[in-house]
Amino acid sequence: MTGGPGVKDATAIVGIGQTPFAKRLPEDERTLACRAVLAALDDAGIAPGEVDALASYTMEETDEVELAKAVGLGDLTFFSKVGFGGGGSCATVAHLAAAIAAGQATVGVAWRSRKRGSGPRPWTNTTAQLPTPAQWTRPFGLLRPADEIAMLARRYMHEYGATRDHLFNVALACRNRANQNPAAIMYDRPLTREMYMTSRWISEPLCLYDNCLETDGALACVIVSAERARDCRRRPVYVHSAAQGLPAQHHGMVNYWNDDPLTGPSWTAARHLWKHADFTPADVDVAQIYDAFTPLVPLSLEGYGFCGRGEGGAFTEGGALEIGGRLPVNTGGGGLSEAYVHGFNLINEGVKQLRGIATAQVPGAATCLVTAGEGVPTSALLLRS
Amino acid sequence: MLSPVTDADGAPFWRYAAQGELRVQTCADCAEPRFPPRPCCPHCQSFTSEWRRLSGRGRIWSYVVPHPPLLPDYAAQAPYNVIVVELTDAPRIRLIGNLVPEANAPLGAFPPDRIRIGARVQAVFDDAGLPRWILERP
Repeated sequence: MTGGPGVKDATAIVGIGQTPFAKRLPEDERTLACRAVLAALDDAGIAPGEVDALASYTMEETDEVELAKAVGLGDLTFFSKVGFGGGGSCATVAHLAAAIAAGQATVGVAWRSRKRGSGPRPWTNTTAQLPTPAQWTRPFGLLRPADEIAMLARRYMHEYGATRDHLFNVALACRNRANQNPAAIMYDRPLTREMYMTSRWISEPLCLYDNCLETDGALACVIVSAERARDCRRRPVYVHSAAQGLPAQHHGMVNYWNDDPLTGPSWTAARHLWKHADFTPADVDVAQIYDAFTPLVPLSLEGYGFCGRGEGGAFTEGGALEIGGRLPVNTGGGGLSEAYVHGFNLINEGVKQLRGIATAQVPGAATCLVTAGEGVPTSALLLRS
Repeated sequence: MLSPVTDADGAPFWRYAAQGELRVQTCADCAEPRFPPRPCCPHCQSFTSEWRRLSGRGRIWSYVVPHPPLLPDYAAQAPYNVIVVELTDAPRIRLIGNLVPEANAPLGAFPPDRIRIGARVQAVFDDAGLPRWILERP
C-alpha cells in the first residue's frame, strides 16, 4: 500500500457473478441474489463459510439474514446498506473495502438483486402515501425519474448547446457494446440514428432510447485484502480509490433548488476520488458511467473531470465513447442496453475489462472508473489491475 | 390527481396558497429564504422563521413534456407541460408548476411548442389552491 492509511490498493475484487438478464425471469429476487452471490464466490474460489461481510443497497429486498442463511455464509462481523437507489452501487464495494482495510472483516460480498422488468415501478404506487418531498413535484405531474432528469437535461441543453445528437451518441455507444455482449438484453438489436430520432417521447426532451432497460437479474462481487487476493483464482482488480458524494444543499433527483443544479453529486465524489488517486482522468483507459438516462453521462463526464463544464455533450462527438475512442464507456452495454440492475453490472464490467476478458475489450486496459447514479447522493470507484 | 401530502414544515406554504398567496419560508434572524421548508436555517442555524410574501413573478428555468405511461389522471391530460420557475424576488428558489392559459385550465391546455426558457410568468391559483403559472405577457 502506498501513501498514508486508507483504502488505496488495500483491497481487491477477486470474484464476480451474475444471473441471466431478462425482462422476465421466473425466479424471485431472493433466489436470484443467492445465485449471483454463489457464482461470485465460485469465481473467486472462496467458500461461502469464509464470508464475514456484506453490503448492498437499502432498496435491496433480500436482507442479510436471509441471504446469509440461504447460501451458508460464516459469522458476519460487518454489514452495511447504502441509500439513494442507484447512487449506492459503488458505495457497497467502498464500504467493504474500508471495512476490510480497517480490519473489521476479511471477505466481503456486495450484491444487488432486482426484478424491475416484471415487478412494479415505484412511481406507479399511488396507494402508499407519497413521501413528503413529493408535495413539491408530484401534484404538478412531475411523476417519474425520467421527468425529473429530463428537466435537468432541458436546462443543460439550453445553457450549453447540447443536442439530442449528443444524447444519441451515448445511447449508441452503449448499444454498440451490447451488440457485442451475448449476455446483454440488446445483444442482437442494433440502434440507428433514425430509430432514435423517430422513437416515441417519454418526457420531452427525452425519448424511449434515452431511458434504461427494465430488467430482472442479480449480480455480486467478492472483495478481500490485497494480500489475500494474491492467492485467489483470478487476477485481482484493486480498489484504488473510492468515494461517496452528497453535496451541500443537495436535493435528490429534483435538485432544482441548489445554487447550481447542473453540478451534481458526481462533482463532490470526484474531488475525493481523485485526491486519493495516483492517476488522473487522462489516465483512465475505460469508464463505466451510470446511465439510467443518457444525460447522466455528459453530466458525469464533466463531474469526474474528463472535460470542462458544459463540454460533456461535445465530448461525445467523433466516436469518443466507442471502443478506440477517447474514453470507451459502458463496454457491456450499460443500463441502457445490457441490463438495468441499479448499476451493479457496471462494477462487474469494470472488473472484466481489467481482467482482459470483456466482450468488447479495450486493449491493455489497466485503469477503470465506475460510477453510481448521478442526480442522487452517489459513489464511485477507481479500479486498477 | 395527486394532492400535496404536506408535513409540518411545508403546511404553511399550502395554507397561504389556498388563500391565493405565494409565500416562502424565510429565516427570521438572517432573512435568507429557503426551499423546500425545513426546521432550521442552513446559513445561521436559527430555528425561527417567517413566511415572506412574494410578488409571484418569475421566469421559466426549464420544462418537460411528459408522455404516457403515466398515472391515469395525468395520462388523460398528456402531453402536458411541467415547468420550473425561478422566482424574481428570491433567485435560486425554483418552484415546480404548470404553464396554463388561465388558473383553472387543464394541465395540457398550453401548447408545448410555445414554451420558452426565460419567459416571464406570474403565479395564479386554481380553485383547489394549487399555484399555477400564466405568461406575464400572453
